[in-house]
Amino acid sequence: MTAFWILAPVMVVCALGILVVRKAVHAALLLATVMISLAVLYAVLEAPFLFVVQIIVYTGAILMLFLFVVMLVGVDASDSLVETIRGQRSAAVVAGIALGALLLVGVSQLSLGATVGLEEANAGGNIEGLADLLFSRYVLVFEVTAALLITAALGAMVLAHRERTSAKPGQAELAAQRVRDFGTKGLHLGPLPAPGVYARHNAVDTPALLPDGTPAETSVSQTLAARGTIRHAPDLADDIEDVQRALGGPAGGAGTPADTSAGSGHNTENPSTGNATGAGGPGASGTGTDEEAHR
Amino acid sequence: MTDVTPYVVLSAILFSIGAVGVLTRRNAIVVFMCVELMLNACNLALVAFAKQHGNLDGQVAAFFVMVVAAAEVVVGLAIIMTIFRTRRSASVDDASLLKY
Repeated sequence: MTAFWILAPVMVVCALGILVVRKAVHAALLLATVMISLAVLYAVLEAPFLFVVQIIVYTGAILMLFLFVVMLVGVDASDSLVETIRGQRSAAVVAGIALGALLLVGVSQLSLGATVGLEEANAGGNIEGLADLLFSRYVLVFEVTAALLITAALGAMVLAHRERTSAKPGQAELAAQRVRDFGTKGLHLGPLPAPGVYARHNAVDTPALLPDGTPAETSVSQTLAARGTIRHAPDLADDIEDVQRALGGPAGGAGTPADTSAGSGHNTENPSTGNATGAGGPGASGTGTDEEAHR
Repeated sequence: MTDVTPYVVLSAILFSIGAVGVLTRRNAIVVFMCVELMLNACNLALVAFAKQHGNLDGQVAAFFVMVVAAAEVVVGLAIIMTIFRTRRSASVDDASLLKY
């Protein structure tokens, strides 16, 4: 019973968490916790076969399928909190509490008597016992299950399949379209700009900087932009200033203030003057290159 | 011999939480997860009663529930995918075209 009293609160808290978390991914992780705890409870209840099946089928297959669909549905999967029917949410909570109270009162009214236990039924092995039942008394249900699984697999394929209504554009068509767009709308002919690559950041979530210091919107993936996980150029500049301050402290000297302005100038509003001072400035060039290397 | 009543009580609590989730959540995927939670709660009760009565029929029933749940999830998620593809939304409120 120790396992039960440890796992039962965890399961209830995680199940309540599913009700309140905004993101579907978090709900899936909480559900995984509940299901693994359930598997342990099955093991405690002398059902080793179900323990393994619960982990393989539920946490292994079904939850992975959930996560797969969450990833496909993607960015805007977080729940809206707008009530479309007035008072529906509170009414649902009241109904749920009433259902729970009904079930609990029902359970408390009955006396289960002495537990028989599964020692006798599991004497020849739990899996052997289950197989005996499955292939004798429940063999018809077992066969129907096979039909159900085939139907489900076929149904999923039919539902998820999408027939292509037009031919897939090849490389030649895409190139022709690009040139046509250039001719009619004046769109940029070449490929999109690459994301920013700096001494400390070369990740795809960092936008490239235009000559005037503003981030280039087209240089990062639109998906990342929609998720709001893009690092902004001013933050990078703050980073660089921190590092420069840390490096400039012990180095000291006359070149430090000029270097600091050059470093921040790289990523904020005035990169041209920053570059000029950093590269061509008299006296400051020695420490400047030194610190560039450190960065 | 341990008493199985706490397991049945836990099963009832999880079932109620799942029911509240089905009624309150708007995201079709999370609604589906709550349905899974209810199925799992039923499985826990079935396994607990199998131990109570000392035969394996309850465990066989739980096994069949798992099979049906797997089939149901496959079809359900395919439907959610199809709806998402046409309506660009996984919210159960947006699929209300039959109302009008």
